[in-house]
This record gives sequence, C-alpha cells and structure tokens, in this order.
Amino acid sequence: MTELLRVEHLNKAYGEVPVLQDISFTVNTGEVQVVLGPSGSGKSTLIRCLNGLEPYQSGTIYFQGQKIDPTPKNWQLLRQKIGMVFQSYDLFPNLNIMDNITLGPIKVQKQSKATAQKEALRLLDTVGLADYTAKFPRELSGGQKQRIAIVRALALHPDFMLFDEVTASLDPEMVRGVLEIMANLAKQKMTMIVVTHEMNFAQQIADNVLFLDDGHILESTPGKDFFTNPQTDRAKEFLQSMDF
Amino acid sequence: MAHSGINLIFEGQNLPRLLGGLWITIRVALIAIIAGGVLGIFLGVLRTFKNRLLRFILRLYLEFFRIVPTVVLLFLFYYILPKSMNLNLPAAEVATLVFTLWMAAEASDIVRGALISVPQHQVDSGLAIGLNRSQLYYYVLIPQSLKLMLPAMMNLISRIIKTTSLLLLISVLDVINVGQQIIEANQKQYPQGAFWVYGVIFVLYFLICYPFSLLAKKLQKD
Repeated sequence: MTELLRVEHLNKAYGEVPVLQDISFTVNTGEVQVVLGPSGSGKSTLIRCLNGLEPYQSGTIYFQGQKIDPTPKNWQLLRQKIGMVFQSYDLFPNLNIMDNITLGPIKVQKQSKATAQKEALRLLDTVGLADYTAKFPRELSGGQKQRIAIVRALALHPDFMLFDEVTASLDPEMVRGVLEIMANLAKQKMTMIVVTHEMNFAQQIADNVLFLDDGHILESTPGKDFFTNPQTDRAKEFLQSMDF
Repeated sequence: MAHSGINLIFEGQNLPRLLGGLWITIRVALIAIIAGGVLGIFLGVLRTFKNRLLRFILRLYLEFFRIVPTVVLLFLFYYILPKSMNLNLPAAEVATLVFTLWMAAEASDIVRGALISVPQHQVDSGLAIGLNRSQLYYYVLIPQSLKLMLPAMMNLISRIIKTTSLLLLISVLDVINVGQQIIEANQKQYPQGAFWVYGVIFVLYFLICYPFSLLAKKLQKD
C-alpha cells in the first residue's frame, strides 16, 4: 500500500486553548479512515487542518511523500487535489447546479466548459440528479444538496476526500442516500477521511478508526476491531453512549 | 390665468434652460454613481483584507468623506485644488470628482458590510474547491453580497442625486442655479415665479429618484 497522507506531531490551539495535541497518523491510498470521538474532541478541526482551512501551530503534513509547506498559496494549489464536503452542504446559492459543479474544474483546473459539463453530467447521473443541472440550490432538499456537494468535490478528481459530518444536518430519510454514495466511493477505492456520528455506517466502511478525545488520538485501530474490541475505556464508554 | 406663474416656465427658453441644467445635474450624479460605485466595490473588497495599515488608511478616507459636510468638500476642492496643486478644473468637473470620491467612500462601507455578512461557510467551500482569493470574491462573495447591499446602495444613490442641489454653491449651472436665474430675471413680472420654478424642480428630482426606489424594491423581491 502506498502512503498518501502522513501527519506528524500536529498541534493546534485557539489562543491558549489546545485543540489538537501531538496528532500523528498515516492514510494509505484507497483507504477509508474514520475519525470518531465525542463533540468538541477536535475531529472537525483536524480534517479542516488537512486542507489548510485551519492553520496549525506546529507539526508536519506530508502529501504523497512531499512535505507540505503550509503557505496560503501552497494550500490553494493543493486543495484541487483534496475534495471536501461539509455538514451544511454550502453550495453557492448564486449559481445553478451545473455552475456550482463546474466552477472549480473550469476556473481552477482550466478545463474547457464542454469537458467540465460532460463530466458533471456523468457524475450527476451516478447520484441520480442528472435532471437538476438548471436548478438552483434553494430548490433542492437537504439530501439532494449534499449529493450535489459530493459531486462538486468529485468533479475536480481529487486524490482524497474529506467528509465533515456530512449527514449531521439531514433528515433521517435523506441520510441513507448520501451514505450509499459514500459507500460506493469507498468500494471504488477512493481514499477518504470521514468524520461521522453514524456508527453503523462507520463500522461498514472504516478500514481504520482514529478515536479522538480532548484533542488527542486515544487509539488508532483497524475498523473491524474498533467496534467489537476497542482498546481504551474511553472508547468503550463512547461506543456505549452512542448506543452501539 | 393671464398672470399665473406657471406661464413663466413656458416663456422663452426657460424650460429648455431648466432641462439643460437638469442634464448637468444628471451627468455629475451619473458619473459619480458609476465611477464611485466601481471604486467603492474595489475599496470595499480591500477593506475586508487583514492588512491593518491598508484598513486604517481606507477607514480614514471613509471617515473624512462621511464627516466633512459635502458643501465644505465642494469649497475645499473648488478653491484649494487650484491654489495648492495648480489644478484648474471647471466647476462641474470639481463637483464630479468630489461626488465620485464621496460615493466611493460611502459605497466601500456598504460593500464591506455586505461582504462580511456572507456566511464563513461560503468562504470555506469556495476555498475547498481551490479558488484563489480573487476568484472567491468574483464568483462567490461579491455576487452573493450584491443583494445584501442593495437597499443601502439605493439609499446612497438617491442621497447623491439630491445633494447635487449644492452644485450652485460653486457656480455650476445645474438645474437649481438655472432656476434661480429664471426667478430673479422675472421677479417683477412673476412675483410668484419661485413657487412654480421650484415646483418644477421638485417634480424633476422626484422623477429621477423615484425609479431608483422602485428598482430597489423590484430587485429585492427577485
């Protein structure tokens, strides 16, 4: 397995308050890394550090073996290789669905409009929304918006994907469709780092689980073991509290 | 009705002269609104940047044009520019310059306010697809903030148009100035002339400003 992403001794604080402390882990190509932990444990902050949306005070991130020099310019260039999907979808309300998806490919990657639109249509088809190109985000349901947001990230053909609690603000009946898309991506060997509270889903797709508590990685355990045999008491408590 | 003041309006060249004055007024206002608006958007964007010195200078610029009364600004530019900078501009151009800088200053504050009220999530998701800063502003933040800035911008535009009535103070032959000339020249024959001339000017200003408030209402609904 080739290493895609390696984080070494990452530290982040808001002012005096440490949020992430001495975070180290590796993600291999094609692997699904699920990040679990109680609210406020730093999960979202961690994955926001991985595409430079949050600055960190110390530590190093390696991407494809290369050390990332965390300047705004470098992050901007790297972000087209890192897809990110957020909890609140965050489609651009001023653009229709097609333009939402093709903005990055056309303006950032300088693809031709025809190429970008063809690829957008193909991806939209895979999530069952090919008829929605001319609609605006406000005309869509939460689940549809989130599927579009995933397509928007995929349209850049990223090397890996970050998912930040993408089902947390969806109605229960919308959750399944989104999770199915993510499970399909995992099947196609997309490298993913997933923050989620959907335990069944996590168990189903996780190659490895990072369990975070209070800014520390308490354990890093293969997915098949974490849910049945967690190493730490804190993780056991957490799984119990999640009714798992 | 032989002596009714309304005849004054239609006598000789009076109406064409008033409309000529109105054109000067409109030209000053229009150039100021367009040029000042564009400059204002640019400055407003700069004011959302983190650079403290830049923000301080632009803040100073805004406060200067906001605090100093427009009359004072007009005199300042009209009398001081030629003296200290050897720049002899016709009165109408001095007025256009002052109104443009004023429009830009006030517009920059409106633009800044609208830009920072676009949710941070939109910034994040724009950055996440790899947009650089100017692309983020151009494709995401500015289009979304236009709607937010509309009411305040329309208000500012009508203020600019109305304040052009001060142009006569630096001898620009605007619609008010022309109106006063007509009143004074015909005082003997039409003692009530002022009422009618100012009445016409009132209607003319109304006709210019009202469409803006209609437009603002319509755009906000869309």
